Formats: sequence, C-alpha cells, structure tokens
Amino acid sequence: MLDSRAAIRRQAGPRLWLSSLWLAAVAFCAVFAPLIAPHDPLMQDLLLGRLPPFWVAGSEPGYPLGTDSLGRDVLSRMIYGARVALVVALAAGLATCLIGSALGLLAGYYRGWADWLVSRLVDIWMAFPPVLFAILLIAVLGTGLSSVIIAIVIIDWTRFCRVVRAETLNQSAMDYVASARVAGFSRLGTLAGEILPNVLPTIVALLTLEMGIAVIVEAILSFVNLSVASDDPTWGGMIAEGRLSIHQAWWVLVFPLIALFLTVLSFAQLGEGLRERFDPVLR
Amino acid sequence: MSVFLSVRNLSVRLRNTRERLLRSVDIDVPAGAVCGLVGESGAGKSMIGKAVLGVLPRAAEVVEGEIFLDGEDLLAMSPDRRRKAIGAKAALIPQDPMTALNPSRKIGPQITDRLVDILGWPKAGAFSRAQEVLSEVRIPEPERVMRLYPHELSGGMRQRVLIASAFAAEPKLIVADEPTTALDVTVQKQILQLIAELQARHGTALLFVTHDLGVVAKICDRLSVLYAGLVVEDTSVEDFFAAPDHAYSAALLAATPRHDAPESSLLPVPQDVIDAVRGQVAAVDAGWVPAQGRRHG
Repeated sequence: MLDSRAAIRRQAGPRLWLSSLWLAAVAFCAVFAPLIAPHDPLMQDLLLGRLPPFWVAGSEPGYPLGTDSLGRDVLSRMIYGARVALVVALAAGLATCLIGSALGLLAGYYRGWADWLVSRLVDIWMAFPPVLFAILLIAVLGTGLSSVIIAIVIIDWTRFCRVVRAETLNQSAMDYVASARVAGFSRLGTLAGEILPNVLPTIVALLTLEMGIAVIVEAILSFVNLSVASDDPTWGGMIAEGRLSIHQAWWVLVFPLIALFLTVLSFAQLGEGLRERFDPVLR
Repeated sequence: MSVFLSVRNLSVRLRNTRERLLRSVDIDVPAGAVCGLVGESGAGKSMIGKAVLGVLPRAAEVVEGEIFLDGEDLLAMSPDRRRKAIGAKAALIPQDPMTALNPSRKIGPQITDRLVDILGWPKAGAFSRAQEVLSEVRIPEPERVMRLYPHELSGGMRQRVLIASAFAAEPKLIVADEPTTALDVTVQKQILQLIAELQARHGTALLFVTHDLGVVAKICDRLSVLYAGLVVEDTSVEDFFAAPDHAYSAALLAATPRHDAPESSLLPVPQDVIDAVRGQVAAVDAGWVPAQGRRHG
C-alpha cells in the first residue's frame, strides 16, 4: 500500500512539472507579449519574406524562427498568438466548467424533475454535430473573440454536465451523505460540504481537459477564418496561412503546430497530474 | 420506563410499483433500551431505521403511520423542523465503514462539524468532545487520528470513529444499521462490546438492525422479527430464545449456526413455514386500506 502510493507520487512528479512549466511559459508570453516579442507581429517586409529558422542556411539574425511569406516574424506572431489561445482556454474553460458542473451537481443530487430536464437537454444537445454547430453559432453571433468563447461554452457544457452528474449520483448513494442528513445538514449544505469536495477532482480534471479542447476549437475556427479578425495573430490562423506555402516555408506551419500540440497536451497532463496529486484515495 | 421512540402503524411503499415495503409496523424503543430488528435481507429492517431518521431512499415513501420521537410526531412536522429534531436527538451508526466517512475530509472535522454547525457548540468544546469520544472508543492518540483521512485507517478503526461520531452529541437514540456486518469476526466482537459499553454508560436507546441472532442475544433487551415488512413477533430476548412464539421465528432461530450443535443447526427455513408467513402477509394486505391523506417521509 505504502509502496504503490510512493510510486504514484513519483510518476506524478515530472508530468505535473513539465506540463505546468510549458503552460507557465505560454502564460508569460501571453502577458508580456509586447515586451518580449522581437518584432511587431503585424509588420510586413516583403524583402524579408520566407526567411528560414536560424539553423537553416539563409537565415537572418533577429528572426530566429524565420518569417512568413509577407515577411512577418514567426516567433513574434506565435508569442502574440498565445494571448488568444490562453484567453479562450481560461474564459471558455471556466465558463463551461461553472455552467456544466452546477447543472450536473443539481441534477445528480436533487434527481426528480430537475434531473429529467437537464438530462433531456443534454441528450438533445449532444445530437447536434459540434463543429457544424460552432460554425452556425459564429455565423449568427458574428466573428470575434467573445463569439468564439460563447460558442465553445454553448457547445461544451454537456461534457461537464454528464460526467459531474454521474459522479454526483455515485457519491450521493454513499453512507456519509445519509449521515450528514441525519446529523441535520440541509440538502444544499450536504451538497456543498460533503459531495462537492469528492466531485472536485473530477471537475478539475475535466476543466484542464476542456481548456485544451477550447484551444483546439479556437484554432479550428481560426483555420476556417471564423475566429478573431484575420490580421490578428492566432496559432490556427498561422497554420492556415502556412498551409499555403508549406513547400516553400514549412516553418510557418510547423512552429505554431508544435506550440498548439504542446499546449493541448500540457493541459491534459496537468489535469491528470493534479488528479493523482490531490485525489484523496490515491494520495 | 418511558418510551423514547414509538413507531405506529407505519407503512412505507415504493413510489412506482406501490408495493408495500413496511406493512403497518409498530415498534417501541423505551429510553435507554436496546431493541433488535431481525429478518432476512429485504425484510425491511433497515427501512425502519431509515424512516425513523428521515433518510428513506427516493424511491420509497411513507403512506401512513406515525413516528414519535420523544413524544413528537416526526411525520407531522415541517421537513426543516423534522431535520432539526432528528439531528438533535438521534444519530446513525452506518453499515459500511468504507463509505460512511467522507473520503476527502479529515476525521476531526467530520466529528466536530455537526456539533458546531448544527448544535451550536463552541469550536474548542467540540474539539475536546471529539477527543473524548475517540478515546472512549479506545482509539490511541485521538489528536493524531483527527488529523488523518479515512483511507489512512483500517475498517475496524473507521467503525470506531463512526461509533464515536454517533455518540459525540449525546443523542438519546442511535440507530445502528448492521454496524458489524462489514467487519471480520474478530473485529466484530470488539465493536459489539464497544457499542454495548457506550450504550450502557450513556443510557442511549439503541435500535439495532441485524440479521445475526447471535448479536441480538448479546446486546438486545427486546427484538422484533420481520418478514416482508411485517412484524411477525415482538418479544423480549429471554422469551424469544427460550421459546419463540411464531413458527417463522422458530425456523429463523433453528437456521442460526451453533458451534455446540453443528448437526441440528443451520437448517433452512421449511417451505410450509414460508408459505404460512406469506399467507399471513397476503391476509394483512387484503385487509389494508390506506388512511386518508398521504404523509410524507
């Protein structure tokens, strides 16, 4: 028992540290973008178009990751792109989490008509194909950062709702819930004080996963030009532009793709690492 | 001796199939006495305890009857007042020590929270009271144990914590729902002794739900035998073990394993006895008309 616990803790170490290190770096870039970006991300210079990254012959000092076909600095655009990615991850992730978890907790604990209503709503919601739904929503709401966030929240709350409801149902059947009721705690008090702490690890894991998903959805919408204004640098937008010149300048596509990949992976690993660290049964 | 808990004509049924789980049950628990509820699984013995404590499963509802706790009819109260009345006067020792403690909270607060939040004790008083009851159930270093999480304790230790928690607020009634069933035999005996000891010292009335007649013989003053939600016999423990009244009770007693007579014990309940008691249940159902006005559980 003791040995297996120690083993889990060792495993959780690098996973947690590496993922939070990458995410901290992304957050740092996002917050201090104007200070650390070597160039203006929007500045075009056709004479410096399609410069390769620093280790390839023909590179220019001052453009470590090269430039795109309009001569804009890839590194600076990626640093500014982190802003959009992070804002979407935080805003959409948290809003989705709050709405979905609240409905899931209520449905799972109070059962009855509240459960019926929420569960049917989830069933209906999940019958919509999510990407089409997102594009449709953006078409109605208009493009822009807030539209992207609203679209993600509207589509993804069911993800939280279903899982949190199931976990709440599970916990509600435990004897400690009955004990709390016998002792005289109100329904709401029991839900908040006894059940919520046990559902929280699940919610945290889902939240980090959802943040990764939000980053991907934003990239997809940027890719089809339905996110922020097309001038503003986003990772998805860069990937879309890079696709056009993949044979002449692969770096325009590859670097934002790596950033996107690492960010989404880190969110997922952060969630898993946190769960292992804070789940009372594994702890 | 005054009656502390009195269950009168209590019927509980399933909401969807309307099948009765408890059939006009009458049970009295005098103050400071230990009453056993025995029966096969599914006989409704736990259901009585749950109805008394107001924690019936959602699928079940009270259709008629009264539950008097310290002279007050619980079912006539508003849900809020009922909760307060039960919280102040009664407590539960649950069956499964593995799920009866909240896994994400430390032992200490799980005992003191109820005292502070519900009963309005001062924090320091609740803390020292928790220490006191934990040492009463012979947990070494209570102060250290209060800082641990449930998964750091063994099953027997957890059950001790649950017993301490039940006695912490000095309730006048404790419902023990098969408190020894989930434990292994050696621990069972210690836990049983502990419950009996604390019950005697505090003068708490105890409603002891069990399927184990050996446990009843050790700890109870009176017992009620249930079959399919019907009380078929309600008698003192001495009379029961001397000569049970009802054929089903006698069969249940004969079905109990005895180490001194391995050949003549462990007998299955004979089919004619089961048929007879089923007939009795059917007769009770046929004559039953639910009283006007539904009561809520």
